Amino acid sequence: MKFYCLSNDPVHSCFVVTFKELTIMLDCGLVMEPILNFLPLPLVQSSKFSSCPNWIHPRVNESQLDGELKKTGNHVFIDSPPEFQPPLEKIVDFSEIDVILISNYMNMLALPYITERTNFKGVVYATEPTLQIAKFYLEELVEYIEIAPKANKACKWKEFRELHNLNNLNLELSPWKWKKLFDIDDVHKSLSRVHIAGFDQKIDVYGALEVSPISSGFCLGSANWILSTEMEKISYISGSSTLTTQAKPINQNSLKNSDVVIMSGLTQAPHINPDAILGDLCMNVVLTLRNNGTVLIPCYPSGVIYDLFEILSQRLDESGLTTIPMFFISPVAEHSLAYSNILAEWLSSTKQNKVYIPDEPFPHANLVKNARLKFFKHIFSEGFSSEFRQPCVIFCGHPSLRFGDIVHLIELYGSNPNHTIIFTEPDFPFLQALAPFNPLQMKVVYCPIETSLNFQQANKMIKDLKPEVLVIPKVYTHPPLVAPHREDLVIDRLIAKQIITFKCGECIKLPLKRKKSQVFLDPEVALNLIPQEIQTGVKVAPISGLLDVRDNVHNIRKCDEVVEGVPKQLVSSLFKKNATYEYGSMGPMDIDLFLKKLKQDGISDVKLTQTSETDGVLTKIKLVNEEIEINISEKGTHIICEGKQSWRLQIRDVLMSCMNRF
Amino acid sequence: MAQIKVTPLGAGETVGKRCFLLSIGRKNIMLDCGMDLGFKDERMFPDFSYIVPEGQITSHIDCVIISHFHLDHCGALPYITEIIGYSGPIYMTHPTKAIAPVLLEDMKKSAFDQKGNSFVYTSQMIKDCMKKVTGIPLYESVMIGSEIEIKAYYAGHALGAAMFWIRVGFQSVVYTGDYNMTADRHLGAAWIDNLKPDLLISEATLRNSRPYCEKDFLKKVHGCVACGGKVLIPVFALEKAQKLCILLETYWDRMNLKYPIYFAMGSAENANSYYKMFVAWANQKNTRNPSNCNVFDFKCIKTFDRGCIDDPGSMIVFATPGMLHTGLSLQIFKKWASNENNMLVIPGYCVQGTVGHKILCGAKKVTFENNQIVEIKMSVEFIRFNTHSDENGILKLIQNCEPRNVLLVHGDEIKLKHLKEKIRDEYKIDCFLLCDGETKVITTPLKIPLNFSVEKLKNQITSFNAKPPDPKHRRFLHGILVMKEGKLTLMDLPGVFKENTGKSRHALNFASYIKIEMSVLSSLEILQNLYLILKEKLSNWDVEMSSQTINIERVAVVIVGEEKERRICITWNNQDEDLGRYIFGLLQSIG
Repeated sequence: MKFYCLSNDPVHSCFVVTFKELTIMLDCGLVMEPILNFLPLPLVQSSKFSSCPNWIHPRVNESQLDGELKKTGNHVFIDSPPEFQPPLEKIVDFSEIDVILISNYMNMLALPYITERTNFKGVVYATEPTLQIAKFYLEELVEYIEIAPKANKACKWKEFRELHNLNNLNLELSPWKWKKLFDIDDVHKSLSRVHIAGFDQKIDVYGALEVSPISSGFCLGSANWILSTEMEKISYISGSSTLTTQAKPINQNSLKNSDVVIMSGLTQAPHINPDAILGDLCMNVVLTLRNNGTVLIPCYPSGVIYDLFEILSQRLDESGLTTIPMFFISPVAEHSLAYSNILAEWLSSTKQNKVYIPDEPFPHANLVKNARLKFFKHIFSEGFSSEFRQPCVIFCGHPSLRFGDIVHLIELYGSNPNHTIIFTEPDFPFLQALAPFNPLQMKVVYCPIETSLNFQQANKMIKDLKPEVLVIPKVYTHPPLVAPHREDLVIDRLIAKQIITFKCGECIKLPLKRKKSQVFLDPEVALNLIPQEIQTGVKVAPISGLLDVRDNVHNIRKCDEVVEGVPKQLVSSLFKKNATYEYGSMGPMDIDLFLKKLKQDGISDVKLTQTSETDGVLTKIKLVNEEIEINISEKGTHIICEGKQSWRLQIRDVLMSCMNRF
Repeated sequence: MAQIKVTPLGAGETVGKRCFLLSIGRKNIMLDCGMDLGFKDERMFPDFSYIVPEGQITSHIDCVIISHFHLDHCGALPYITEIIGYSGPIYMTHPTKAIAPVLLEDMKKSAFDQKGNSFVYTSQMIKDCMKKVTGIPLYESVMIGSEIEIKAYYAGHALGAAMFWIRVGFQSVVYTGDYNMTADRHLGAAWIDNLKPDLLISEATLRNSRPYCEKDFLKKVHGCVACGGKVLIPVFALEKAQKLCILLETYWDRMNLKYPIYFAMGSAENANSYYKMFVAWANQKNTRNPSNCNVFDFKCIKTFDRGCIDDPGSMIVFATPGMLHTGLSLQIFKKWASNENNMLVIPGYCVQGTVGHKILCGAKKVTFENNQIVEIKMSVEFIRFNTHSDENGILKLIQNCEPRNVLLVHGDEIKLKHLKEKIRDEYKIDCFLLCDGETKVITTPLKIPLNFSVEKLKNQITSFNAKPPDPKHRRFLHGILVMKEGKLTLMDLPGVFKENTGKSRHALNFASYIKIEMSVLSSLEILQNLYLILKEKLSNWDVEMSSQTINIERVAVVIVGEEKERRICITWNNQDEDLGRYIFGLLQSIG
């Protein structure tokens, strides 16, 4: 079994495993880190971003760069449509991938690159909510970028290696690997290739393997995948959570007894104590609103925001801010809200039970009805300006602050210290996200709401699961960069029998050697077996049969009675139907018995000699006028027949009746 | 041979209640638990005494599976859990779990309360019963205990209707419940994997041969309101109401019509909310495209106000109950019946004795208890929906799932005979009818799984592939089956003795001699001649010759002795006795 890592991000991961002649891609995450190097895309001409001066590098001729790099504050940005890092190419031949298994919608965003831009011919599996919500994310992403088109695609700067480390971003991967985003056609074509899978559904992959998504508790429809045969079990643990606010709780039991556990998608904010975060967030929102300030919350169009709507509206009511509206601005806002309430099967039991009342599982439908929550496609959409009222809370994408309506809103509110921007999505380092907007007067609060497992939880889980082999990203064995002294924020090296770490671009051979496989025995064959007990509790029987292989399933069926070109009396020999196997030794007792039986059979002319040899006693028996000689030793018995076969057969029968055999 | 047994607990009735007892691999599973609305006594419910004449029923049934919320499939569920006392697991899909209690409640109220007799079970019992139900999604493989595995598939017959795949050990059954293989306006088409079950239990209530025409219906309704008429559509709260609403809503929207449509559902008002929340279970086309928003979110349709009855001008009103025996629908009917501009649309079956039934039978006048006579001048339309599969649908399902046996249940025996023959001829599989309440037993082949070394398997395959392709060539396999600690493993001979220390092979070898007649040939030449003979006679064996020996697999032929004393010596192990004996005989005959 081989394992390839095609992404440098342990959260938005992409792996490939080969097993039983199958090639399986686990997740297809899009690494968005590169976009932080680009200038934001404003909805309308922005005086700030259009007047940035060209950046000049001491060793690079300005004209060669053609103004592709701009400077604002202390930072350098690329003036171009943003580029992303899809899964690495040239490590695995994408055309050979049989299936792609998606664990959650965050890990599906690079799928169009694989399905539409390579020779991929396989099948993609994802749960229904994963597919739907990934569609929202992708549609939003594409619209944000297409709505603010840039004429020039910058690429000249890439020629200069010394420029690759702009802003001291720790770029593991060369910018040459970055790619422009796909278009909406690619998105739709790509998603139409996704097959829907339900939790615990056992999906057969070419008869060789069964794959099954099991609930991971991380977000709506999120799954961990189990790849199993009758003998082996591989678990892929991606974004998982022990929380039970929205999604169906994690199913840990099914992950037990794995030969290999591949684990990724742990928390991106390990150094933050999550318990205090929500309280912090609410307090900052309330404080800002009380000061007549407006709160900006950069967000994705689904996920944590559903909880935030619920919690914030309650908290505002409790604080007497009952008239403060919340705005949710996203090209897919309406669909996201509507869709979340028709997903009963995928929700936590508290939410699920609501639909039997009947009540909507998420309260935001009511918030919309009561005009507490208002949604718009864009800030320039019809009705927004007439509905818009301050102070208020605005949820708006994109959390990278490089595109989307948020760019405009920050420019609008950034200079007023009464307003606050609260970062809840942990995907982007907030200081880097804010860099192009500096200097800012508005308050900046970092409240990452991270629902995936932290290191403590992950260690505990591995302890429970007891995998034979644990496969984790190398970074999980060192304290995180943000907290280099926290030795506790690692995966304990002693937690599993064997830990294998990997880095981006690596190919690792995993120690999973298939030893046993399953074959099925036809009852017709089984009926003719005569098992013999050779040892207490151990029964054996010789089997002869023909092996049928169909769809990778092996069946042993009955041998034919007649075979063309084979003498009839030899058919049984061809199939070894009468084969018997003797075992054990012929001791003095057995020899006595043998002689006695020979006598009964009318053979009494027997000469017996016994000699001691190096490997035990050798008994020689000569009978029937010395035409037959029998040599019995520890290892075996030789019957040498000089005369008639009928004698030999008779003696054979007697001998066999004295021996252990099966 | 293993068996699968299917027993209907509904006795001989062809329509009416659905309830089967499936015995598979020592497990008993109840499939559906329906009631027959045509009866008011104990014949209303399945004959549970068949399972156990008296005493606890729970220990005799491992689980109950309900295919969908129609009463002929779930009506007896509160009875079995609350009155008979079944306390084991019950499974149905989420929408079924949500909607079934609404229907049970509705039935309990409308069918029986009016006469003053309280129904067999109470509202509280319905609630308690539903608490014991586990809702499951489609496609999820659910383990019940450690042996029963079930999985729901989309059946397209009603919202949340499912077909169930049931596996116990290596035996499996697909129970279809009611299903529809063609998509309609509000539901998608049934679909199933290529499961290759041992048995397919298929509902065979074939669809009406004469489908109603949506266009006609819309045209007539439109015509009526255009002339200032009022249209009354008596419906039950669920299903047909939603179906017709979608139909009218889209038509009104497309034609830009403004005639008011009212929906008077009374207490069952929130029935529609269930449809909205489970819209994902409706036609897949609707869900895959949430930009349509929710198809059950009707924009043209308003809630009815009693005051509107006497409003002048045209309108369309959906009102409960569906059979016009009481309530608002009857009240409106009395007001509107005598006007020939008005129209009555009856979208479903009406029980004998109801006003609806009389009208369907062509009555022109209806007399009520207080001697009130209502003359029917309004036009009457009757529409029927196709929620069942037709013959082709059943065949298509069989083609999709490739069962080993088919059991057709609940159909017209004469019509089904033809279908049965067709299935036997076309798919070469056994097909039975279950029309008259008898038990059917189906035998299934056993499957015995063995562990087998991957290396051996690979070697076998490599050696097979190394030979030139020949369709006659078989993949022969010989080994020793070892049964130890309940595990079956296929090993080779050394493996057996390696794993069971303390025992070793005792080889039993034979050597037999044949005298060679005077010959001028050298020993090697004789051996070569023998080789040619053996090679020809034993073409299916590997016959090899090395310097002084011919090996036919493990049988060895050599020539010993000198000059006149030369003999052929054949040695073999007891395991190759047949071959050794044959070769000996062969060589002896040549001399």
